[in-house]
Amino acid sequence: MGTKPRKSSRAKSKAAAVAEFTKTEDLSVYREMLLIRRFEEKAGQLYGMGHIGGFCHLYIGQEAVVVGMQAAIEDGDQVITSYRDHGHMLACGMDPKGVMAELTGRTNGYSRGKGGSMHMFSREKNFFGGHGIVAAQVPIGTGLAFANTYRGNDRLSVTYFGDGASNQGQVYESFNMAELWKLPVIYVIENNRYAMGTAVKRSSALTDFSKRGASFNIPGLQVDGMDVRAVKAAGDEAVAHCRAGKGPIILDMQTYRYRGHSMSDPAKYRSKDEVQKMRAEHDPIEQVKQRLIANKWADEAELKAIDKDIRSLVSQAADFAMNDDLPDASELYTDILR
Amino acid sequence: MPIEILMPALSPTMEEGNLSKWLVKEGDKVGAGDVIAEIETDKATMEVEAVDEGTVAKIVVAEGSEGVKVNALIAVLAEEGEDVDAAADHQAKTPEASSKVEDKEPEKVSQDKAVSAETPDANPAGEVSEDIPAGTKMVPTTVREALRDAMAEEMRADDDVFVMGEEVAEYQGAYKITQGLLEEFSARRVIDTPITEHGFTGVGVGAAMAGLKPIVEFMTFNFALQAMDQIINSAAKTLYMSGGQMGAPIVFRGANGAAARVAAQHSQCFAAWFSHIPGLKVVAPYSASDAKGLLKAAIRDPNPIVFLENEILYGKTFDVPDIDDFVLPIGKARIHRSGKDATIVSFSIGMTYAIEAAEQLAKEGIDCEIIDLRTIRPLDMETILTSVKKTGRLVCVEEGFPQSSVGSHIASQVMQQAFDWLDAPVITICGKDVPMPYAANLEKLALPSVEEVVEAVKTVSYR
Repeated sequence: MGTKPRKSSRAKSKAAAVAEFTKTEDLSVYREMLLIRRFEEKAGQLYGMGHIGGFCHLYIGQEAVVVGMQAAIEDGDQVITSYRDHGHMLACGMDPKGVMAELTGRTNGYSRGKGGSMHMFSREKNFFGGHGIVAAQVPIGTGLAFANTYRGNDRLSVTYFGDGASNQGQVYESFNMAELWKLPVIYVIENNRYAMGTAVKRSSALTDFSKRGASFNIPGLQVDGMDVRAVKAAGDEAVAHCRAGKGPIILDMQTYRYRGHSMSDPAKYRSKDEVQKMRAEHDPIEQVKQRLIANKWADEAELKAIDKDIRSLVSQAADFAMNDDLPDASELYTDILR
Repeated sequence: MPIEILMPALSPTMEEGNLSKWLVKEGDKVGAGDVIAEIETDKATMEVEAVDEGTVAKIVVAEGSEGVKVNALIAVLAEEGEDVDAAADHQAKTPEASSKVEDKEPEKVSQDKAVSAETPDANPAGEVSEDIPAGTKMVPTTVREALRDAMAEEMRADDDVFVMGEEVAEYQGAYKITQGLLEEFSARRVIDTPITEHGFTGVGVGAAMAGLKPIVEFMTFNFALQAMDQIINSAAKTLYMSGGQMGAPIVFRGANGAAARVAAQHSQCFAAWFSHIPGLKVVAPYSASDAKGLLKAAIRDPNPIVFLENEILYGKTFDVPDIDDFVLPIGKARIHRSGKDATIVSFSIGMTYAIEAAEQLAKEGIDCEIIDLRTIRPLDMETILTSVKKTGRLVCVEEGFPQSSVGSHIASQVMQQAFDWLDAPVITICGKDVPMPYAANLEKLALPSVEEVVEAVKTVSYR
């Protein structure tokens, strides 16, 4: 696990190792990460009970990445990611009820039950999906940035993808155009060390993903993606880079997923010890919790109250999703064309 | 022996061009490689170099001549030591040199070259047009110009419309469809992309999801195979997968189908492929006015549209109505020729076979109705069924492969919806079930022919 951000050759200013968080900020990221964690645990349960079908990819362990990035960007910036998308939607402020109802395939789900876990969107929250094909979101996210440049606004696109997607050709086609046209896009590579079951070292010739833009002259940073403050600091630098009109930037977020690739993955390609060590020593939520206690910004009782509150939110979402109606049969033929 | 200088072809599909300028005059000595003339088509201008050295004995085609056929004799060179005056008297063996294949089957050449730029097909006999009010002034326009005009008009009307693709800007379009757009709309809106179909198609889809209205040009649709995932999985499905929240108002356009002598990887029709996909609209016009009216409609449509053009039709001239903002409805077929005996359904370049066949059949007393689909998806089955219920006989014509072709879908629908009206089994005429060969004779065999269409109509008519 890299503990300090390391820079690729072109990055000009030095990234702070971590951002200094105030009490309010630490409490805020704690809540947000906890919401994702508890939501995903509940989704895992509902999947096990057969209420969620198909593919379901949980974000547990990677919470600091999206929460830290959201703290760095502004309203109006666009977010797009892969099929491991529940955390991103919650971090974008989408309603847990609508997300969970989509997971259970119900009528009040974000896609009216027609998208499922991997395909959800929110025009209102500038969340552009939710894409089921590995790396397809990378040129699309680049296109969102293109639209910003075309319109001459100050918005940027945060385009998330994994270490597995990083080996797809369209990623490099996108890098080329993004740098050529100086598009405001932050490529956030969520390097959780495994492309499904294949360890990074077995699939990638160059495992330092911050250097993947080198041949396009795109700068990159390696970031401790388990430390939300490091993510925020790198995010701030990337945002400044994009808003200054300098084009794209790559953030190699070193993170870890505790669960399998999807619900159906027993994750036998790695040891239980490896997972246990990561949870014990690097858990993104535990890190914030310890800091809150050490700084006396919150005591156990207050943290318990937050946890209770989050659990209640998640239960409400689950109840809503379980009791919501199935989509009407007429929905079969809606939304194919406008 | 005098050396013949023939009109060269600038591209595999060029049939004629203008001799814009002579850079030498009679009596001049030229060396191999010297530029001796400039020729141009509506697409490009090119210099003609002398291949041999000698003295210009005679300039046969004067500069400024238009419509000079490829391979026509344009000048005669006297070889060194040869009498220049004698060489000047040299007569071309054939005014229009032709390949061996064509020599063998001269009567077939004229039929298969149903499409040629010099024969404006403005108002073919029997054409019915409900789209254009009577008395409208018509302007002869090539399909190429019509497509450009459609884009230019829509770009003037809406700043969200832009065009991107390979060579669309500074080069003015590989097939010159975007000619002049860069000058009018600047590099912000006419964007040269790297050769990176998968990537720039995805960028276009993203821009569309953000609310812009991109026109993505594929130099030819063969290269869209590289981008298939973005067209099908991203563009076509997002509206549905988002419960109607987010779609992709985008036009994918470019040359589709066989050009000429470019072999298997560059010669295939994707109409049936794309028509399989819910969430896409698929448009494939034949005439210039349909090209214009439908491209304007496609750009305004909030859905992803696959707009299939045809390289061989680009240079063909048709009458286009001089109407402000001429827009046609997507999803509506056009009755190109009304008739009572048999229905021929076709689209795009397939129409050229249908039209020629109908003319021949008319002479034999079979009165064909020709339906130009114009849109492949959504398919205007109503117009087809109405016609079949009138004629009782149906032949479908397309250049695409036979299995799961557009015609086989229509045949299945007609069988299911108008079985009792059919007097004969439907015949589908397609390209042959083979990769497109390069050799001229084999290529000709791989494509449909007018004879096949004539024969099919006779078969369904029991004649």
